[in-house]
Amino acid sequence: MDIHEYQAKEILHRFGVPVPRGGLAYSPEQAAYRARELGGSAWVVKAQIHAGGRGEAGGVKLCRSVDEVQSFAASLFGRQLVTRQTDAAGKGVYRLWIEAASDIARELYLGFVLDRKSERIMIVASAHGGMEIEDLAEEDPASLRRMTIDPATGLLEYQARELAFGLGLTGGQVAQMVTILKACFEAYSQMDATMVEINPLVITGAGDLVALDAKMSFDTNALYRRPEVAELRDRSQEDPRESTAGDHGLAYVGLTGDIGCIINGAGLAMATMDMIQLAGGQPANFLDIGGGASPERVVRAFRTVLADPEVSVILVNIFAGINRCDWVAEGVVKAYREVGMTIPVVVRLAGTNVEAGQEILRASGLPLITADTLAEAAARAVAARPKLAA
Amino acid sequence: MAILITEKTRIIVQGMSGRIGQFHAADMIKNGTNVVGGVTPGKGGGSLLDRPLFNTVREAVEATGADASLIFVPPPFAADAIMEAADAGIRTAVCVTDGLPSQDMMRVKRFLRRYPESRKMRLIGPNCAGVISPGVGFMGIMPPHIYMKGRVGIIGRSGTLGYEAASQMKALGIGVSTSVGIGGDPVNGSSFRDILELFQADPETDAVMMIGEIGGPQEAEAAAWVARHMTKPVVAYIAGLSAPKGRKMGHAGAIISAFGESAQEKVEILTAAGITVAPNPSAMGETMARVLLRRAAA
Repeated sequence: MDIHEYQAKEILHRFGVPVPRGGLAYSPEQAAYRARELGGSAWVVKAQIHAGGRGEAGGVKLCRSVDEVQSFAASLFGRQLVTRQTDAAGKGVYRLWIEAASDIARELYLGFVLDRKSERIMIVASAHGGMEIEDLAEEDPASLRRMTIDPATGLLEYQARELAFGLGLTGGQVAQMVTILKACFEAYSQMDATMVEINPLVITGAGDLVALDAKMSFDTNALYRRPEVAELRDRSQEDPRESTAGDHGLAYVGLTGDIGCIINGAGLAMATMDMIQLAGGQPANFLDIGGGASPERVVRAFRTVLADPEVSVILVNIFAGINRCDWVAEGVVKAYREVGMTIPVVVRLAGTNVEAGQEILRASGLPLITADTLAEAAARAVAARPKLAA
Repeated sequence: MAILITEKTRIIVQGMSGRIGQFHAADMIKNGTNVVGGVTPGKGGGSLLDRPLFNTVREAVEATGADASLIFVPPPFAADAIMEAADAGIRTAVCVTDGLPSQDMMRVKRFLRRYPESRKMRLIGPNCAGVISPGVGFMGIMPPHIYMKGRVGIIGRSGTLGYEAASQMKALGIGVSTSVGIGGDPVNGSSFRDILELFQADPETDAVMMIGEIGGPQEAEAAAWVARHMTKPVVAYIAGLSAPKGRKMGHAGAIISAFGESAQEKVEILTAAGITVAPNPSAMGETMARVLLRRAAA
């Protein structure tokens, strides 16, 4: 789960990371008010969306007057900001962060991630900040320093010092960096984060370290014990189809094809999508109905898939273990009747209670296209698409 | 003999009195699995499915001589249940639970390292379908009738895709020695490589089917190990050729976040290591059949 920059800064500040002074605005007038409140003569206005690359997309601007703050804010609110990290639709801008401009002497990169190889939290740092970590890894891989943290001890003082000296810091900056590293680690582990990124971490003209930008993501499996994190969820930044599906226990990811998929199991769902592609079609979505799916959940899956207007055929592929083919078949029949199906539906059932499931489909008398194998199911779904005019 | 579950394995179920635990424990017993007891704190002294219930894993091990545990404990308590099993002397634990926080698993992995090799517990999962040695028994949630007893090992992240492979092979007359679901989480108890090592050493396994997916370094790690140490043929399939970058595909670990984590890149890495990669998920069975035939002819 992602949160906004200003929320990440608030959290990190609470743990001891220095951040620039700033304020949140929900309107251009409020943005101007925030600028006046902060004082000074230069402000940075930053669109709050759940995606990086805001600067180059025109979502961040240094403003020299309160009027400029207000007019730039007016141009941002309600806009869909398309960055290189968003899809073509972009993300809606509904909140702005107004910050006192910082005097920047140097930019560093600092990130905390879950390293799947060592299965530990890993710090990634570079003396060259400001660009995306992917670009940094490509353009200047030698500048990247990595360090893993033992969960039994946490981040040790000497590790933090080593890293600070390694980044070329001197004097009081070393102690500041140690404080920042320890604060980030505490925030990461105490709040069940999956990522903390400060990019850039700047050294000001006065020689102090400040987090100019911040990003945090959280482990959705741990939200049950982090209500203060769960509260920060912003649905305006999510694909509404995906979040609604999630509310009903369905893992759904919208894609660009026209074959709607209803599958059980993440691996089988991905494999079915692959098979559709190899058969000459394109999947409209990833959808895992999960284990022990009731007929009602199957109906919900149909409604979710059909909400995508591009869908021209539905492929149901179930290999039941913890699921039951008879329940799924009941759901298919129920959904077909309830939604007034107008497009072809291909169904492949296998595993637990398969005979009972197939019998329910047969007895329904509905014009369902059935298949016995994965290959057959994909080929029939591709063939069942309405012929498009050339 | 197979791996992980043999005729001698004595199994307890942690969380047996829960709805899901009871359902699957009953299915395991019905299919001849040697379930010797269950653990539910507070229900010790009672019995369920004609098996004794215990308050702690330690009591269960002392009373029954159990050496394996199947864990159905809900996510907030699952990490603790795993560590309890390890400390009580269980040698193989399978955790089916989906939804463990990553940091809990990091702590679990660190905890398991405190024991010497001679009594270290092997963890399979979490978020997995479990382990089955057809004809011997199973620990998990798979439908046992789709497996035919035989001499090919299966390792997969995905449960349902493992079923798909087993049924494709069965249709071609190829049976399974043991099938192991390692689970779809970013941090898991056993990796592809860990299980490949067991299959390489198992005299009743002739070849291995390895079913990977996008995300994480474990397929590449396994490929490197296969190239250096594996003498038995390995067939693989990697799911997610059509998965977009940076999107989580159902499994918490199924997300392309680094170089080498896409399906295409993994296929290249596996192929370079001498692993035969099935061209599509419908060809897992026939690819294995071809490889076995080639091996028999050689």
